[in-house]
Parts: sequence; C-alpha cells; structure tokens
Amino acid sequence: MASVQYREIEGRSAGFYGLLGVLALVITAGLAAAWTMEHHGHVITGMTNRIVWGTPHVFAVFLIVAASGALNVASVASVFGRDLYKPLARLSGLLAVALLAGGLAVLVLDLGRPERLVVAMTHYNFKSIFAWNIFLYTGFFAVVALYLWTMFERRMNGYTARAGVLAFLWRLVLTTGTGSIFGFLVAREPYDSALLAPLFIVMSFSFGTAAFVLVLMAACRWSGRPLGDALLARLGNLLGIFVAAVLYFVAVHHLTNLYIARRLDLERFLLVEGGVYTALFWIGQVLAGSVVPLVLVFAVRTRAALAAAAACVIAGGLAQVYVIIVGGQAYPQQIFPGKDVSSSFFDGAVASYAPSLPEVALGAGGVALALALTVLGLKLLPFLPRSLADAGPAKA
Amino acid sequence: MTRIAAGLVAALLAIAGFADTGPRQPGRVPLPVVKIEKGEACVAPVAEMRRDHMKMLFHQRDRTMREGVRTTRFSLKNCIECHASAKTGSVLGEEGFCSSCHAYASVKIDCFECHTPMRQARTAGALR
Amino acid sequence: MTPERRAFLGWGAAAAAGAALAPGLRLVELALARSPEEASSALERWGLLIDAEKCADCDACVTACHQENGVTAHGRPATDAQWIRKASLRDRSTGRVQTLPLLCQHCEHAPCVDVCPTGASFRRADGIVLVDKHTCIGCRYCVMACPFGARSFLHEPVTGQKPDVPRGKGTVESCTLCVHRVDRGLTPACVEACNRDGKGAMAFGDLNDAAGELARRLRAEPSSALRADLALNPGVRYQHL
Repeated sequence: MASVQYREIEGRSAGFYGLLGVLALVITAGLAAAWTMEHHGHVITGMTNRIVWGTPHVFAVFLIVAASGALNVASVASVFGRDLYKPLARLSGLLAVALLAGGLAVLVLDLGRPERLVVAMTHYNFKSIFAWNIFLYTGFFAVVALYLWTMFERRMNGYTARAGVLAFLWRLVLTTGTGSIFGFLVAREPYDSALLAPLFIVMSFSFGTAAFVLVLMAACRWSGRPLGDALLARLGNLLGIFVAAVLYFVAVHHLTNLYIARRLDLERFLLVEGGVYTALFWIGQVLAGSVVPLVLVFAVRTRAALAAAAACVIAGGLAQVYVIIVGGQAYPQQIFPGKDVSSSFFDGAVASYAPSLPEVALGAGGVALALALTVLGLKLLPFLPRSLADAGPAKA
Repeated sequence: MTRIAAGLVAALLAIAGFADTGPRQPGRVPLPVVKIEKGEACVAPVAEMRRDHMKMLFHQRDRTMREGVRTTRFSLKNCIECHASAKTGSVLGEEGFCSSCHAYASVKIDCFECHTPMRQARTAGALR
Repeated sequence: MTPERRAFLGWGAAAAAGAALAPGLRLVELALARSPEEASSALERWGLLIDAEKCADCDACVTACHQENGVTAHGRPATDAQWIRKASLRDRSTGRVQTLPLLCQHCEHAPCVDVCPTGASFRRADGIVLVDKHTCIGCRYCVMACPFGARSFLHEPVTGQKPDVPRGKGTVESCTLCVHRVDRGLTPACVEACNRDGKGAMAFGDLNDAAGELARRLRAEPSSALRADLALNPGVRYQHL
C-alpha cells in the first residue's frame, strides 16, 4: 500500500481566519457566561433545586460522549486492522481530544465553586463514579496523546496497534463510567439502570462517528483535498449501524420499563404527557436522530445525504441527552408510592425548566472550543492526509 | 501566525511596562492595620500565628467538621471573637483584621464566602 | 422564726427555684452533652421519630429550622434553599390525607455520601450526614442522588450567616440535624419547636440507647422508613404513615 502523505492545512485564507474569529467570539461568550454565573450565582440561570443539571450538562455530556466515539475510526483502523481507515486515524485522535476538552471545560466552568478544581483533583472519594471519571478523563488525554505520538513518530509506528488497543479499552471504561454517572442513581426512576452504561457506549459510537464525518467532510472541502466516495460510503454504513444500535437500546429500555407497573407513570410522562420532553423524544431523538439518518444512509446513499444524516444524528443526540438529563430530573421523585404529594419544594410535581442564555452560551462555548482546537490542530500539525481519494481497484 | 503572536506578546509587555512607571508609592496599597482591641495575648506567639495561622485553621476545621471536636483555641469563631473590630464588629471591611493584611499580601480569603465575619452578638439568657 | 417555719420556707424556696429552672434544664440533656474535646463516636446514633398522625397543618418545624440556621428566603421558591418542608400526602385509592415534615433522612448508606467525588458529603461517626463546605465543589451530584430531595444548592450570594452555621454560594447544603446544638446536648430546633408550638409530633434521641425514648417506641409501635426498598437504614423514622 502506498504510504499516506499527511500535511498541515494552509490556514491563510480569509475563510480560515473568519472561522477562527467566529469560534473565538462564541468561546468569549461562553467565558463571559461562566464569569457571570460564578459571580452572581446560578440564580441567573434556569437551573433550580429541582433541575440542578441543565443545558450546560447536556452539552458537556454530549461532547464527552462524542469525544469517546470520535476515536472509534482510529480504533477500527488500529485495533480491528481495517487499513481503509488508517489515514483517518490521526484526525480521529485530534477530534477526540478536542471534543473532550470542550466538554470538560463546560463541566468545570459550571461548577458552583470552579476555583476548587484543585480540590477536586486532590481529594477523592473512590466510591463515587464521578471521582473515577476525573481520572478517566485526564487519563484519556494522556492515552490519546501517546497514541497520536506513535502515529506521528515514524520510529514508533510499530507500537500504534498496541497504543490503539489501550486507547480503545480506555474509552470503553470511560464511556461506561459516564453512563454509570446516571445508571448508579438509585433514587431516580428514569436512571437507576445497568442499561445506561452500554447505551452510552453505543451513543458514543453514533455521535462520535457523526461528528467525525462532518469534520472530515468540512476539513477536506475547505482545504481543497479530495475525499473519496467509497470511503465516505463505508463511514456512512458505520454510522447507520451505530444509529440502529442506539435505537435498539432505547427500545429495550422503554419496553422493559413499560413492563414494570411502578414505572408506568414514568413512561407515560416520557412518551405521552411530558410536553417538551415527549416532543424531543419522538421528533428529536427517534425521528430526526434515528429514523431519518437510517433512511438517508441506507436508502439515499449520496454524499449530501450522509452529511445531512450526520447533522440529524447530532441534533437527535442533543435531544436524547436533553431528555435523559433534564427530563429525568423534571419527573418527580416517587418518595410515597400510591400517594399524591405536594409541598413548598415542588414535590410530586413535574419541575419546570427553560434553558437560559448563560447556559446556552456556556454550552455553545464548549462546542466552539472543541472546533477551534480541531482547526488549530489541523493548522499546526499534519493530521489530515493530502488526499483521501479512493484508491484504484488494485490497492487496498 | 508566529509573527502576529510575537507582536501581541510584545505589545502586552510594553503596555504593562509603561503602565507601571513612576516611583513606588507606599500608599498605593494601604499597609495593614493591626489593631488589637481585645485580650492580652493571642492563642500562640505572634510570629507563629503570622506564619502558621492558616495551617492551624485548616487542621481545626477538619477536626470540628469531621470529628465534631469543638475546642475553642484554634476555632475561627474564637479568632473573630477577639479580632473583630470594635467599631464594625467584623474582621473584614474597614480596618478589618483579616482583610487588611490579606489585601496587602494579595491573598484571597475564602473563609468568609461561608463563615460570618461578624463577632457573635451576645443576647442575655440565650443558649448560643 | 420557729425551726418548722424556717424549714418550710427553705423547702418552699427550693421548690420555687426548681419549678422556675426545670423547663430550661432537662436531665436527659445533661446526659447527652459531650465535652468540646470529645470527638463524636459511633456509640451514639442520632435519629428522629416523627408521628405523622400527630403532625398538624402548622409549619413550626420549618420556621424554627430556617430561623436557627439562618436560611433566608429570597422570594424565589425554585432556587431558595429549604432544609425541611411540610409535605401533604393524599392516598390515591383511599383519599386519606396526611402531612409530615420531609428532611434529610441521615441514612446509614446515604447515596449522597456515595456519589460525592471529593468526599465533601460525609457521614459523621454518630450518624449525622453533613456537607463539608471546605471541599464541596458544587457539582450537585449529591442533589441528583438524594432519594428525598433533601439537598439544596445555594444559587445566590449568602450574607448574615449564623456563627455556628456557615453557608455559602456555590456549595450544597441540607439539614444538619442541628449538629451545633446536638454537640452541646440540645435537641434540633425543629423538634424543640414542634414540642413547644406544634403538636409534639417529633422526637429526637439516640437510636443506640436501648432504654432511650426512640428505641423504646420503635420497639413497641410500628414504624417505617421512607423508600425502605432502597435499604438505606435512615436515622429518621415515621409512624402512622
């Protein structure tokens, strides 16, 4: 197989600086939001004592889950030996690190005491999956950096497969940990399930591949580098399989809940009577996030369809995370089964929540940070091959 | 790209440098006001207190919080009892015992985000 | 004055003094008081017993708690902290109506303690579950984890804190079982207020003291724990629920 030539993007055009400028503006807005939230307290946001994790957490969890999945393409190349994806491995690693950085930035800046990050990194309660996640997230940066180094440093190329296995296993544990943050919440019926860990794993495959496809298509088009149809078709197939897997896990989760008498109220809330959450579930998550992409990828099969499918998966993914995080908190906790409860602390009632500007700005800032890091990475180091055109029939 | 970055850094340094001209004025940040209005001596020698008061507070806070030990010698409440200004009743603000040294040394105090800086008001007969 | 009259006056004075002092001085509190150098120990386990039948429509417990701990309302019920609240229950099938106070249950296997990444949410040796604000980073995972919605996140800057009850923006808090009072041998403010102004529905004591009021009543009469299915072994028990 001919060796792949990687090169930095030129990064001197007006479009390049314009893109960075826009991203910088959004990042600044995010930082400003974080500053005002820290200064005035979370009272300026839409989050309350009933909905303590809101829009920033939706963005953060989405970015973290997508980060883990973005590494998938590299894993398919190094761990499962599919040579076709090897030229994409470097970009996959870059995107994984960038998305994780964006997600973590949002999470840390939303803390009630963000200046206590040092405390969080020096005091650990190892019974908490959250504490484990702090190690897993920081370790992920180190592991992917090592993996990328084996790819960039010619003398280390022999170790790429082993580094790839380490990275692959690490992100499986990491994503299991992220899903378990919710799965270990015995107190809340929308969570409290071992299924959430594997659900998050397949969600990561789906969101990460969608993000990767969009970034790859944009990077190649805007730097004028050829991108082959066959390669994109294979990526599209991957995306379709992962979307179907997510749909399967969601279906099993809800069907099982429907079988459990005490969970009927919860399912009625999520699937029928939950207002915005029901709409986001059916129209956002199921229709836009699953059915439409499946049709686009397996029936329509064009490049434009793939791009649209990836965008739909991301939109549907955000809807899914919103329903999980916010919808799960909006549903009242069942402290007294069989009784209607009311109190001054909104017991027994569906909690109301509306995203506020600081929250959306902070979340968008995280996305912009991830994209800006990707753009800067492409400019500074040779992450992108000069050509990803389909090879002739003789070559792999 | 590197040239722009280098230019930005040079500009920032230049601005910072020019903004800091002029003779050093001692009055720019007020010198700490240490007014001892109560008690004959502190719970430990002054030099030791100046150096180690944070270590003592950190140690005591864990004993009180985690173990429920409420000895008064190194408790924050006891510090405030003696050191709160007779005028304002607080260790912060104008001539605040804690704030004037900390402002001078530019060390941010975190304690009073949660703890009251005011001396306890004594109400007759109340078990407080 | 004859010796008999002197003796009578002496006894009369003693009786009058005793009658005046007795309401403020209970022998059981002297027995519970711990000296300041003593650490809390697992020999004691503090708990509450709440009789839902006696609980009336008043909210003396809520007012007393928030007064004692400096929990001020800002007129924003969605974000204002509440350490204890009155819940009204109506049975869906029978229509029976009840009220009871809902507060931190001080569980033995507290989910909030399990999930806290820094260990700020912790359980003291004597069973009181607390938040160490020095280490709390304000992530609100404990608020997610609590089955009873007992925790509040401080959404605004706090001023005018009580000297024994530090509270600050950006950290999480909940009922401390009036640990600053308990350590001095007093009862929590809610219990005191319920006995003084309410219907005497709340009792406080040492669950480990077999001869104590709580252990005796729990042995003799039926009681229940909230979310007993979670097997958290809370220190707060309810009767006639």
